[in-house]
Amino acid sequence: MGTELSVTLRGQTHDLVLKNPVLTASGTFGYGLEFAPYGDLKSLGGLVVKGLSLRPRDGNPCPRIVETPAGMLNAVGLQNDGVENFCAEKLPLLPWRETAVIVNIYASSVDEFARLAQRLDCERGVAALEINVSCPNVAQGGALFGQDASLAAAVTTAVRKAAPSKHIMVKLSPNVTDIVRIAQSVENAGADSVSCINTLQGMALDLRSRRPVLGNVMGGLSGPAIKPVALRCVWQVARAVRIPVVGVGGIINPVDALEFILAGAYAIQVGTGSFMRPDCAFALAAKLPAVCAEYGVESLDDLRATLTMD
Amino acid sequence: MRLCNDGAGVFVDLQADSPYINQMHNSMYCRLPVLSLTPFNPVKGEARFFALRLPRPAGPAWTRWRPGQFVMLRPDSFGLELPWGRPFCICHVTDGCLICFFQVLGRGTSRMAALKQGDMVSLWGPLGNGFAVEEDNPTLLLAGGMGVAPFVGYVNTHPKPWNVSMLFGHREAQECYPVNNINEFIPLDCWLECGPDDLRHFVDAVRVRMSECASCGGLVLACGPTPFLRAVRDLALELEVRTQLSLESLMACGVGACLGCAAITTPAWPTPEKRGRPVQICRQGPVFWADQIEL
Repeated sequence: MGTELSVTLRGQTHDLVLKNPVLTASGTFGYGLEFAPYGDLKSLGGLVVKGLSLRPRDGNPCPRIVETPAGMLNAVGLQNDGVENFCAEKLPLLPWRETAVIVNIYASSVDEFARLAQRLDCERGVAALEINVSCPNVAQGGALFGQDASLAAAVTTAVRKAAPSKHIMVKLSPNVTDIVRIAQSVENAGADSVSCINTLQGMALDLRSRRPVLGNVMGGLSGPAIKPVALRCVWQVARAVRIPVVGVGGIINPVDALEFILAGAYAIQVGTGSFMRPDCAFALAAKLPAVCAEYGVESLDDLRATLTMD
Repeated sequence: MRLCNDGAGVFVDLQADSPYINQMHNSMYCRLPVLSLTPFNPVKGEARFFALRLPRPAGPAWTRWRPGQFVMLRPDSFGLELPWGRPFCICHVTDGCLICFFQVLGRGTSRMAALKQGDMVSLWGPLGNGFAVEEDNPTLLLAGGMGVAPFVGYVNTHPKPWNVSMLFGHREAQECYPVNNINEFIPLDCWLECGPDDLRHFVDAVRVRMSECASCGGLVLACGPTPFLRAVRDLALELEVRTQLSLESLMACGVGACLGCAAITTPAWPTPEKRGRPVQICRQGPVFWADQIEL
């Protein structure tokens, strides 16, 4: 039970120290406060809050979500109250002194990314920024940035410059031919870490009405269904970059989490699992030491990237 | 199965995989064994209407529950295949049990129809806001089909039920719905819909009763399918009668995180910055004043 769980994401500019490797995935945990009735927010390694934009956004028309086998599609379209509302109303209520608050940011241009990052740079309650260059559900920006190595690098450079005091994590899209290339390009542009993966672009149809189920036609697939894809991406990226990788995709229990660390991740994010049971991330963090003991994992450092291939 | 009380009054299954045991006292999440599943089935064939009884969850939230609130239920039998829980209004809460009422409509409710006594169900709640209670004010309940469910708790907990009456439109036999219990407390006017004429007559009856309610400054509460709520909303605006609607929506989380259940507000919404914008049905609702949301 004595497993050391604290991890440090050693970035090129700033380290991010986490008391344990369990984070929540952006867009699945609200602003954190929604889940306070289900567990102690301070027991988590960090909270990645719902994607923020410079101005409030209304998001896409309903239906925005649909359940699929072992997963779900969402096309929420980044509905959020905007960065000012978050800084004034939400951030002061979060336990940012005790656990890392990581803010996921979205913008439709490089310049807007820079302004958003600059706005958050002065907030001492914000430990890190996670750049969303991979949202499949918005018309402008979103995944476009994450599917082009030079655009992803340009956004990373701009945010790095605009938020010099923050750890910068870049969330990568799996909807690319070569995720390693994008990862290397954001590393070269100054990213401190990368999180893999955002949702996989997908569709659900209604045969009777012959219409798409989602108002936005296409959406992003998440949940246990995508775990194998996420593991593959983490494994490929972790071998190819020097900055730490955060694993995300279908993680719902401690065994899933340790599999990602085995594949090379430093930390993990719980996403759709928080919809399966609202205390999923809390339960995972609480149970991790016992499961480490069960699998003979004395420290996460000893487990990380030790996948045996023969 | 071995069951024990974890001290907070939450029953936990000791044989279940331990990650499922919630150590947090007062958490609004718990796992409960099914006490009973009762089919409401007047005709031969497969039952499609059920009352599900679970032990009353412990914790302070359950001493303050309000009719119109809901819970998310996720039986273990959903496995990985059906990741979401399902939202159900609270039909009633007694000293010993929590009762939800459901109709088999999709994959989730089909699986729920197969629940047996002792099967484990994850529950989080009570969620949402609940109906207004104005004990001295004449209150008209309008229920369409399954929309009758939250009114069981409403009439059972109303301090002055003689001020409450109900109009109930339904397409299946009356025995399919949990109305006997309501009948004991308040005048219940049931309308069985078989054809288009019946629907028109029901809407006419709703209009007459809502007009009466408007003239005495009463309160109207409605729950049912969206087309029914739309008709009630139109009447509420026309007759200028104070009306609350309990909205139905697809939900993944029930706590305001998935943002799947958005309703658009009108200029009458109380906070200016949210006017004409999406609000979450699970958190700001599911009960809304008819003039404050688009439908």
